[in-house]
Amino acid sequence: MDPVILFFALGLLAGLAKSDLRLPPAVYELLSILLLLSIGMKGGVELAQQSMGNLVPQMLAVVAMGIVIPLMIFPILRTVGRLDKPNAASIAAHYGSVSVATYAVAAAYLNTSGVEFEPQMALFLVLLEMPAIMIGILLARGLDNQTSWGRLAHEIFLGKSIVLLLGGLLIGWACGVEGIAPIAPLFFDLFKGVLALFLLEMGLIAASQARSLRSNGLFLVLFGLIAPLPLAGIGALVGWSIGLSVGGTTLLAVLAGSASYIAAPAAMRIAVPEASPTLSLTASLGVTFPFNVFAGIPIYHAMARWLHAL
Amino acid sequence: MMIEQRKKLTVITEAALESTLGPVLLEQGASGYTVTNARGHGSHGARDGGWSSSSNIRIEIICDYPVAQAIAEHLLENYAKNYAMILYLSNVDIFRPERF
Repeated sequence: MDPVILFFALGLLAGLAKSDLRLPPAVYELLSILLLLSIGMKGGVELAQQSMGNLVPQMLAVVAMGIVIPLMIFPILRTVGRLDKPNAASIAAHYGSVSVATYAVAAAYLNTSGVEFEPQMALFLVLLEMPAIMIGILLARGLDNQTSWGRLAHEIFLGKSIVLLLGGLLIGWACGVEGIAPIAPLFFDLFKGVLALFLLEMGLIAASQARSLRSNGLFLVLFGLIAPLPLAGIGALVGWSIGLSVGGTTLLAVLAGSASYIAAPAAMRIAVPEASPTLSLTASLGVTFPFNVFAGIPIYHAMARWLHAL
Repeated sequence: MMIEQRKKLTVITEAALESTLGPVLLEQGASGYTVTNARGHGSHGARDGGWSSSSNIRIEIICDYPVAQAIAEHLLENYAKNYAMILYLSNVDIFRPERF
């Protein structure tokens, strides 16, 4: 088993057992900054080495997927889950948007297995973060009221994760392999160590969310466990049909099957205050994230291999 | 030395609101405010400050009574329903009264 996953398990167990273990918030912040920049720069360095030919149609397909997923989930949450409009819209936005940590674990998994993937995956990660949040706000609010889109756009497009991922992409792209070499030890060589520490804290956070599971009903737990599979299936189909490799298809499936726990909660808290942050975070962080880390990623890899063998 | 009485309005609320509330406070007549990180336990559960979605802030505003009242009314009307929010007022003796 991959050590980074064991670090996550350690954090989860320590959290559930109410250990006093906790990473200082500033350290967690630094680790997430390092991860976002590493992922961005890695993509940027490799993008610089290849032609951008069919990138635009691929990007459009990925954005379309980001719009369609929340629109599909919303009616299910409303009818099967009997959730009110704000909560259904908020959860739809969480599941349509993506989790960078899940992506990082999946990228590490593919590297360990010796599977290559396209450099533009980091770009797709950025693209998938935003559309679902917009759709979620529209589903909850409609167009006819005083949502201040200017402020929200600022919140969403200039959020930490987008700035660092895009910034990293541009820096990597501008510098190329040789230019990046002097800082590579920090960002690339230490990647897995940073990811391990980051996941330790993620385990603690997930445990604190999981504790509120009991009070939040069976539906959310089932939704958090089941939804990632068909969603990842959609991601795998899209990845396969836009011509991604097995590795790229796996990562797009991972992105589609993952749920946001940073960008979406922050935006939803401001745009849709009636929605309970506990409900959406319990599902995305308490159930779906651990499921994807422990079981989902190998399943999505198998899906991608199966599609490519057809 | 000039010492005068003013009100201190303390607002304990979600960190997510910090950027929203800043301009609101100034609009309602505050001449300034101080924000510190906070954590604790209440009707919204444990808010331990471990990461952004569960952290609290404490905002302190020193002002005269009408301004404190205007701010409190605005916050209660617009935010208290959907956000974790505790408000209280205390008397403070301040130096340099021209600043408040």
